[in-house]
Amino acid sequence: MGRKLLLEKAHVPGIRNYDVYRREGGYAAVEKALKTMTPDEVTEQVKKSGLRGRGGAGFPTGMKWSFLAKPEGVPRYLVCNADESEPGTFKDRYLMEHIPHLLIEGLIVSSYALGSNRTFIYIRGEYAWIVDILEQAIAEAKQNGWLGKNILGTGFNCEIYVQRGAGAYICGEETALIESLEGKRGNPRIKPPFPAVKGLWDCPTVVNNVETLAAVVPIINLGGDEYAKIGVGKSTGTKLISACGNINKPGVYEIDMTISVEEFIYSDEYCGGIANGKRLKACIPGGSSVPILPANLLLKTAKGETRMMNYESLSDGGFQTGSMMGSGGFIVLDEDQCVVRHTLTLARFYRHESCGQCSPCREGTGWMEKILHNIEYGKGKMSDIDLLWDIQRKIEGNTICPLGDAAAWPVAAAIRHFRDEFEWHVLNRQECLTRNYGLANYATPLPITA
Amino acid sequence: MAEEKKLFKVTIDNITIEVEPGTTILNAARMIGGDVAPPAMCYYSKLKGSGGKCRTCLVEVAQGSAADPRPMPKLVASCRTTVMDGMVVKNITSERVLDARAGVVEFLLINHPLDCPICDQAGECHLQDLSYEHGKAGTRYEFKRRTFEKHDLGPYIQLHMTRCILCYRCVFVADQLTEKRVHGVLDRGDHAQIATYIEKALDNDFIGNVIDVCPVGALTDRTFRFKNRVWFLKPVDAHRDCPKCAGKVTLWYRGDEVFRVTARKDYWGEVHDWICNECRFEKKKTSDWVIEGPTNVSRHSVISANHYVKKEQPKELLPEIIGRNPKLLMDIHDVSEVNKPTIHLSALPGPAHSDDFNNNGVSSK
Ligand SMILES: Cc1cc2nc3c(=O)[nH]c(=O)nc-3n(C[C@H](O)[C@H](O)[C@H](O)COP(=O)(O)O)c2cc1C
Ligand code: SF4
Ligand code: SF4
Ligand code: FES
Repeated sequence: MGRKLLLEKAHVPGIRNYDVYRREGGYAAVEKALKTMTPDEVTEQVKKSGLRGRGGAGFPTGMKWSFLAKPEGVPRYLVCNADESEPGTFKDRYLMEHIPHLLIEGLIVSSYALGSNRTFIYIRGEYAWIVDILEQAIAEAKQNGWLGKNILGTGFNCEIYVQRGAGAYICGEETALIESLEGKRGNPRIKPPFPAVKGLWDCPTVVNNVETLAAVVPIINLGGDEYAKIGVGKSTGTKLISACGNINKPGVYEIDMTISVEEFIYSDEYCGGIANGKRLKACIPGGSSVPILPANLLLKTAKGETRMMNYESLSDGGFQTGSMMGSGGFIVLDEDQCVVRHTLTLARFYRHESCGQCSPCREGTGWMEKILHNIEYGKGKMSDIDLLWDIQRKIEGNTICPLGDAAAWPVAAAIRHFRDEFEWHVLNRQECLTRNYGLANYATPLPITA
Repeated sequence: MAEEKKLFKVTIDNITIEVEPGTTILNAARMIGGDVAPPAMCYYSKLKGSGGKCRTCLVEVAQGSAADPRPMPKLVASCRTTVMDGMVVKNITSERVLDARAGVVEFLLINHPLDCPICDQAGECHLQDLSYEHGKAGTRYEFKRRTFEKHDLGPYIQLHMTRCILCYRCVFVADQLTEKRVHGVLDRGDHAQIATYIEKALDNDFIGNVIDVCPVGALTDRTFRFKNRVWFLKPVDAHRDCPKCAGKVTLWYRGDEVFRVTARKDYWGEVHDWICNECRFEKKKTSDWVIEGPTNVSRHSVISANHYVKKEQPKELLPEIIGRNPKLLMDIHDVSEVNKPTIHLSALPGPAHSDDFNNNGVSSK
């Protein structure tokens, strides 16, 4: 049984309330950090912990914090990214719903480290009820002296504000989030300057994911070195995985990153195997934006090694034969699922969510959706598959923000690994309307060609 | 003596130039001029914060700087990337750039109505120039194009959103020239649109400038719509003593009649001075103005085609970039039956007619 750091106490009855949380040892990290450590020492522990951002890109958090510009007389801000809109990702919601004080505690410690006296939680608009949960937790924390002026007599002031978004995926991109927080249209900014230099109201800003900031609590409690011992290589600590799709036990699981993908899918402790006795066809291991992998490449890398649930192993083989940890949205497809239809669904999402600032993403996402729609509904041509490939290639890397890439990658990966399924759709225009392609040859590992 | 400011050396398409620190790659390339300057559909030097959106100006940075010679992994928007000392940039010498740019042009055109024959902007449209210079002859897009209703934004300006490329320039104009912006971008993605939401009129003394900055025919001058083709008009610089603006304009004549008034534009199609609505829309008599003389006409205009007096030739840089003279495949005038350089379209009193060609340039009217 893997070690739990974030969700260990999540099911203690009443843990949402301050008294229970405190009784279970809550706010010890704030006490330890504010009373015995300097802000730089907190950052140093986070660096030592090897914690990587849990929002998708996996950027080392300690390093991000140390990039924060600290000019005299200019306020600095910490913003917690709770916009969680990536299809297949719902871990932040689970954490905030069940154990909100953990996030608040993490925010206070992180604000202390970064010198942020006003800290914001930007939460996706649809999580309306969680706003109430968070605001109650903030009020309780304030009543008990963990927030406000002169916290624990240290002279450190901090307030936390919750701001609701209005339902745009793009507002999860950190600079779009900042624009939205400023009350503007949520268009991503052109970088540089980066938020660490010019962020919220042109002040130095750090944007971190909910899970990242919650993980600061165990890091302070255990110490960075201790935390770094959990996991493997550059994948330290624990990771929340939102598992969904055709599995027996969808849900949020906290894993330490030493288990294999196979164990995660089939063990009863986690997903409990594929539902209804079906066979595994494919999986998107890290949220809708990362490449889909067929079963054979999911369970084993191209080199024939067992694929593990961690940053390095999931991305082994690059985009040719690997994928990414992303935000940990683990979407499983069984043999009855149609990859073309699935890709169409994602393309429709990205088309709808593109902010429309830059031409390749604005126009390309819509174009890809239309072509995929034709292929799915038996109106596609063989040349459409190559056209799709060319469109995604012209979007990728040529846009302002990574949403363009996120729209391109799923299409690229689907064609790369499931081209015969696309071709089958084109060649069997009637049949593809009534049945799915099925498993084909993806169940067993294919021979690896060098 | 003041200490001399250090200049940065930057090499673009094998041509090296020294520029002030803080200069963008695009502006450095414009100093070299000619084909080395990337096309820019959204950047506008007079509008703060503009650029970065259309992606036509993407270039490859083959060497970041002398100190850190690593190349940049992605193509960068030259309008928003500042040069470093010793930077090496590839624009038209990079296959990657040409490929990506052709892609951007295709993207910009898939939802464009291509209604140039009935569009007032035709002849001075940057999207036309862009497609001609960097686009492909055919399209791979087989779907219905996105369309919008036309809207009159008050008595002077018409919005034809279907043609818009969402460069945001008009939004920046309203932000930076008027007190209160009443139009902006609604919705997102390929369904995003320029709109006023509830208010219908753009009513501000300087809002007419959105017409000049709009690279396409999405915002047009209602006092000029359908009156004439720009290439039949003769631009003449003029000024008046205007209490509101600099009063420096270009008058567009056909015969003795002033068809329209615009701000004066530079070689890159950007206005020199913003002008007020009164100068632009209300002063259409020669007697309103002090005439200075024919306008310098730049490469962005077909107006220079017909032996126009003050034509600015683009710089010929190709030999310098490729290190030899280009091979001339053929001289169009040697082989073309139709293209008779003896016929001066601008000399004709009305729109050209086939008779004009039959009579070898001597008008039958
Ligand atoms: C289109 C788009 C959507 C994103 N949505 C989210 C999100 O919902 N939540 C999140 O934490 N990060 C999201 N990100 C990543 C953020 O930009 C940013 O990298 C992250 O919040 C940094 O936090 P971390 O370092 O803790 O991972 C998104 C990025 C993009 C490009
Ligand atoms: S890539 Fe897409 S979402 Fe990102 S800025 Fe460009 S248009 Fe907007
Ligand atoms: S209306 Fe014209 S200026 Fe405004 S965004 Fe569209 S193309 Fe640009
Ligand atoms: S001009 Fe540079 S991106 Fe548009």
